[in-house]
Amino acid sequence: MPDRRNLLRGAAAAAGALTLSACKPVSQTQWVQNVLYTAEGLTRRAQRLFVGRHALAREYSKADIAPVFRANGTINPPTDDYQQHVKEGFAYWEVKVDGLVEHPLTLTLADLRKLPSRTQITRHDCVEGWSCIGEWTGVPLRTVLAMAKPKTNARYCVFHCADPMSDTDNDGVADDDFYYESLDLLEATHPQTLLAYDLNGKPLPVPYGAPVRLRAERQLGYKMAKYVERLELLESFAHIGGGKGGYWEDQGYNWYAGI
Amino acid sequence: MAVTEAPPEPAQKGFLASSRLAGFILYGAGAKPGEPRIPFYRHTIFVRIAHWLNAGILLVMLMSGLQIFNAHPALYWGPQSNFTHPLLSLFAMQNNAGQVVSGVTQIGPWHFDTTGVLGASRLDGFMVARGFPAWATLPGPQWLAMGRVWHFFFAWLFVINGVLFAIYAFARGHIRDLAPNAHDLRNLPHEIVEHLKLQFPKGDAAKRYNALQKLAYFTVIFVLGPLVVLTGLTMSPTMDAAFPFLPWLFDGRQSARTIHFICAFSFVGFFVVHILMVVLSGTWNNLRSMITGRYEIERDGGAHA
Repeated sequence: MPDRRNLLRGAAAAAGALTLSACKPVSQTQWVQNVLYTAEGLTRRAQRLFVGRHALAREYSKADIAPVFRANGTINPPTDDYQQHVKEGFAYWEVKVDGLVEHPLTLTLADLRKLPSRTQITRHDCVEGWSCIGEWTGVPLRTVLAMAKPKTNARYCVFHCADPMSDTDNDGVADDDFYYESLDLLEATHPQTLLAYDLNGKPLPVPYGAPVRLRAERQLGYKMAKYVERLELLESFAHIGGGKGGYWEDQGYNWYAGI
Repeated sequence: MAVTEAPPEPAQKGFLASSRLAGFILYGAGAKPGEPRIPFYRHTIFVRIAHWLNAGILLVMLMSGLQIFNAHPALYWGPQSNFTHPLLSLFAMQNNAGQVVSGVTQIGPWHFDTTGVLGASRLDGFMVARGFPAWATLPGPQWLAMGRVWHFFFAWLFVINGVLFAIYAFARGHIRDLAPNAHDLRNLPHEIVEHLKLQFPKGDAAKRYNALQKLAYFTVIFVLGPLVVLTGLTMSPTMDAAFPFLPWLFDGRQSARTIHFICAFSFVGFFVVHILMVVLSGTWNNLRSMITGRYEIERDGGAHA
């Protein structure tokens, strides 16, 4: 028997969808979006024109460190794999570097800690609008990249993470889509771009991306991937995830997050 | 006072001329619609286009800006966010079942119940937690990514339009029409009284901006405009790296965000007064002068008295 209540529900849902589409058709119209998104390229080119390659983000003093640094996004990856690493104190955590490199690498956390480090007290700017100052210690990414020797056609560094996100590629399988991000090699080789393993002098706590996260101090927070386990050098990220260069980019956020 | 440029023309005839309301709509408070008026070419085509572009751009900037603000509806002072002591915040109160029941606006130590407008408002029939209500934001529902995309595209248009206007104003001497001079400032108290009595300039005096107009237009175009752009740029981490004087100038990124917000509502404040003055001094005459350039001036009553 077709349930009348279900029928009514279906009708209500359809009406709701119609109302919704009447409320925000402009923002959902493809050509409008295409036009509006052109500003991102303009902004990126303009900032690259006026901002030195290695212009440094301001570094603050210890007194400026936020008493409570806000943790955002994933704050505890729920997978068995990750929870096992937590139990082991990340003793077996590895960061792989592969893709378009002459020397693919596998670095343990101990390997990373042996490399020359950089400590910087910087301001973290979230896309939502808030800012927090924290002290980060880690390996400059350019040190790791120099070891791996990117091939000449490598243009982007993609960061693959251990935190599962909702079913972003809509293949019906939840938890097989992980957070990812990407930087071009200009931003990846900036002196303040780190694979950070300490926050405020202590090993990175889980909510902030333990054991290794990215710091890209001239970008917004969502670029700074947490729980990093693989760096992949690529000529194009079109075939990764939704093809926009990052988890949030696939949801419509700008790839260039210098603004 | 003799006006030589054009012969006086009889204004609207018949019913319109005799109706008091029509007189108000055409020429504003205290206007005599039957009186002959002198046409005067008030705004150049360049100014008119820049004006209307700016009006549309600012509307999009305001609404998309409120959408962005809604992602974290709180303001702070200094470089970072002191989450426990915001200068201003909009938040919702929930009952034990987790339903949003009221919206609160906090400004410093004060709390105001602003249910339905600020902190909590209806979206598709449900009371939801959101800073500004859906009717004030672009897009309507919570959609930070798209709000940013609107904002940054129109930010470019705002800057380009503003820079072109500034170049025009300086190149063609329009800046002299806008910048208040010593005479204007001396005249200010007198003009404030005249405005409060709804007595607007007539004759030749109506061809120039009066001191209050100059002060308002000059401040909005050459102070508020650059300020909103600079505080906007200060929120960019890349721009801060390149130009450290920006966060220095505004005492930090979060202060810049707060000033940016105040600028946005200063534009709203200007808009309200601007519309009020347009209506009081003749909706139709003013609107036409900004569309076709033609403005009709009443003869200076004093000269004939």
